[in-house]
Amino acid sequence: MAATVDARGLSCPQPVIMTLDEIKKGQSNEIIILVDTDTSKENVTRAAESQGFTVDKVTSEGEGYRISITRGQA
Amino acid sequence: MLIGLDRADDAGVYRITDEIALIQTVDFFTPIVDDPYWFGQIAAANALSDVYAMGGVPKTAMNLVAFPAKEMDLSVLRQIIQGGIDKIKEAGVVLLGGHSIVDKELKYGLSVTGVIHPDRVLAKKNLRSGDRLVLTKPLGTGIINTAIKAALASPELTDKVTRFMAALNRDAARIMAQFDIGACTDVTGFGLLGHLAEMVCGSGTSVRVESGSVPVITEALEFASMGFVPAGAYNNKTFREYMVSFAENVPRTLQDICFDPQTSGGLLISVSETHALALVQALKAGGIKDAALIGEVLAYPEEKIWVV
Repeated sequence: MAATVDARGLSCPQPVIMTLDEIKKGQSNEIIILVDTDTSKENVTRAAESQGFTVDKVTSEGEGYRISITRGQA
Repeated sequence: MLIGLDRADDAGVYRITDEIALIQTVDFFTPIVDDPYWFGQIAAANALSDVYAMGGVPKTAMNLVAFPAKEMDLSVLRQIIQGGIDKIKEAGVVLLGGHSIVDKELKYGLSVTGVIHPDRVLAKKNLRSGDRLVLTKPLGTGIINTAIKAALASPELTDKVTRFMAALNRDAARIMAQFDIGACTDVTGFGLLGHLAEMVCGSGTSVRVESGSVPVITEALEFASMGFVPAGAYNNKTFREYMVSFAENVPRTLQDICFDPQTSGGLLISVSETHALALVQALKAGGIKDAALIGEVLAYPEEKIWVV
């Protein structure tokens, strides 16, 4: 079961901090992050990749994006 | 009038006599650092920079203040103004007065008046093919300010970036005046490539930027790779990407930094090829240690920016 980080309504750097915190907990190999700006989408992608995660899928959801990331290289 | 609204340059320029032209500019913004005294210094250095970027000498300044008088203690305002005054003094400029209003959001800045010889105005739009490009301050203040907001920057790094932002462009401008300069601007909110794009548009030339030579605050590389890139950088990129091509080997981190909005950034100078090395050496000798040659103006009329 993937962990979910809901960062909608928050502006950067908050979504990145929440993503990094979830990654650092080390309990999830799969995380879903919900954001609602292009900036957050780009920055969460960078945050995930810098920690050895791979962005699997980015889908538009409502006004924002649903980003799913998994630990390790694709 | 030598330079006005139609030219959208760093400051307006108006000829008084054959010997003297007035340079006028105004700039103010909301706090970018927590310390009110340093905020005052940075806001003043930023406002003065537009005069330096035209090749001029600032002479007088007026304070512009918006202050939430109900929510904030007046001592905060005093410290901001003191920061401004100290920076104005350092620049050899006289403060003549100012105006303040009550506002929900704190804002501070200056209107600045300077002088220049009418024949020696350094506009943005005078790139000459063959000129070399020089940048006088390292990039990355926007990214590091984002990391500061996330409480991830060390006190040492916060102090370092604060000092970069508060540094006057006066010495760089004075040194540059001794060389054959084509065009000049200062790097602020549009980032390096955004301001370079303004220089290139309408110039009939293109430019090549050597990304490996661009001075960067080292820590900004790591923070950019972790996703601490301000929204302004993405906006700058979206606005100008039709003009810009990155070579495949330019890492994403460096691309982000090239669009990172700068607060009170350095001067971006185009200098004739024969003077280029001497200018950089003179800048370094004059204490501007980060000054570097970062690229070249090319005789391609397509008005493109190649980053390699």
